[in-house]
Amino acid sequence: MKTIELSSVLTAGKAFTAKVEADSKVNVRSCYQCGKCSAGCPAAYAMDYAPHQVIRMVQLGLEDRVLSSHAIWLCASCENCITRCPRDVDLPALMDTLRRAAYKKGTVAEKNVALFNNLFLQSVETYGRPHEMSMMMRYNMKSGQLMKDVFRGPELMKRGKMSLRPEKIRDNGAVRRIFGRVRASSGGEQL
Amino acid sequence: MKYAYYPGCSLDSTGIEYQLSTKAVAGTLGVELWEIPEWNCCGASAAHNTDRLLSLALPARNLALAEKEGLDVAVPCAACYSRMKATEKAVRGSEDVREKISEIIEMEYGASNRTLALLDVFTNQAGLEQVASLATKPLQGLKTACYYGCLMVKPPRLAEFDDPEDPQTMDRLMDALGAEAVSWPYKTECCGAGFASSRTDIVLQMSYEVLRLAKTAGAEAVVTACPLCMLNLDMRQKEIEAKNGVAIDLPILYFTELMALAFGHKPAAIGFNKHFVDTTPVVRKVEQGRRAKEVQP
Repeated sequence: MKTIELSSVLTAGKAFTAKVEADSKVNVRSCYQCGKCSAGCPAAYAMDYAPHQVIRMVQLGLEDRVLSSHAIWLCASCENCITRCPRDVDLPALMDTLRRAAYKKGTVAEKNVALFNNLFLQSVETYGRPHEMSMMMRYNMKSGQLMKDVFRGPELMKRGKMSLRPEKIRDNGAVRRIFGRVRASSGGEQL
Repeated sequence: MKYAYYPGCSLDSTGIEYQLSTKAVAGTLGVELWEIPEWNCCGASAAHNTDRLLSLALPARNLALAEKEGLDVAVPCAACYSRMKATEKAVRGSEDVREKISEIIEMEYGASNRTLALLDVFTNQAGLEQVASLATKPLQGLKTACYYGCLMVKPPRLAEFDDPEDPQTMDRLMDALGAEAVSWPYKTECCGAGFASSRTDIVLQMSYEVLRLAKTAGAEAVVTACPLCMLNLDMRQKEIEAKNGVAIDLPILYFTELMALAFGHKPAAIGFNKHFVDTTPVVRKVEQGRRAKEVQP
């Protein structure tokens, strides 16, 4: 991490810190940087910033840096950190808020994680449940990895674990309307 | 005992063994599972990563359908269980959330019913004494590593039925079935979960650690309650072995498969033949153990 002149950053970033706290309902100022979250995080080894550093960036209002980090997308939401946090700082909830903010801002560092999420939700919106086969084909095409896991398809089908045809639920469009109403709302962060 | 049953998307596809063995166990235990008609996906990580309202509304539609019947909901998948618990708590905790969610799903939902993990239903709710008495073919001498993974027991705010760091439900179940639960440190560590497609490298690394420690502890099988853990540990085990240049050969089984086996169901009828890692050593070991005990009681 390069040197940061803190006093001016702190003033400029105050609004960001406040917004993240309001949306996530996490009091990031409670964190005293003990590092317990990072010590127990099974994905920290793959992150550009350790979990406690993500909180520090939010505390300091370093919006651009935290929203373009890989770390926020590599959190698996396994809940180790919040289970152990001595200050009850809900880091998985904070990570969710930061991912949504990065998505809105267009600064997603792990494009394939966001792409997978999108295709998954599109499949749920269409059928009510995800259809693995078509979802994975679209994922491979859109992520430019045409051959990824292709041999898994036949292996799964042989075991009756994947079907060619999607199963659409007969819900009279209830799930589609849920997606529509959610889109028309503001994301529910304020709730 | 009657529960609304929310199988979740995996149980019709990649988790087919979980479905087959769940139905077999429910039949033997006399637990009635009423499948929620036309249930929808809970949204999983994709929804909570993307939109808070969506992440609450998708589970809520299913919970509301069960609430109408006055039934608690039994959920096999750890991720579905966690999303449903999060929804239940959010709706119970705020009148604003309750109103908004009811409006979005076009149904009243007041969270008067409870979401229970199927693991909790088949052990604590059904009673382990009953389970033990039905285990007519005990799993004599089988050494198992009980793998709870992340969301079945964490965070404690949502998963309330066991300890988040050293859970015991499956360990006690193994004891009731006549098997042995080894002591090991990775009971609740994450397998990499939903990164299976987007960051396969991370899943291979995290799942390798889980398998390595189970093997080191002397386990002959890993027991799971989560279809995503199953996929990562079972389907990707060969890939993990090749990447790390090691042989692991560790069968992965759902707790329901071991229950059904001990209850006397045929292995093929409960999905033992649908795994990627060969499960026949488990069946053989259990039969040998039983024969040895019959000869020398």
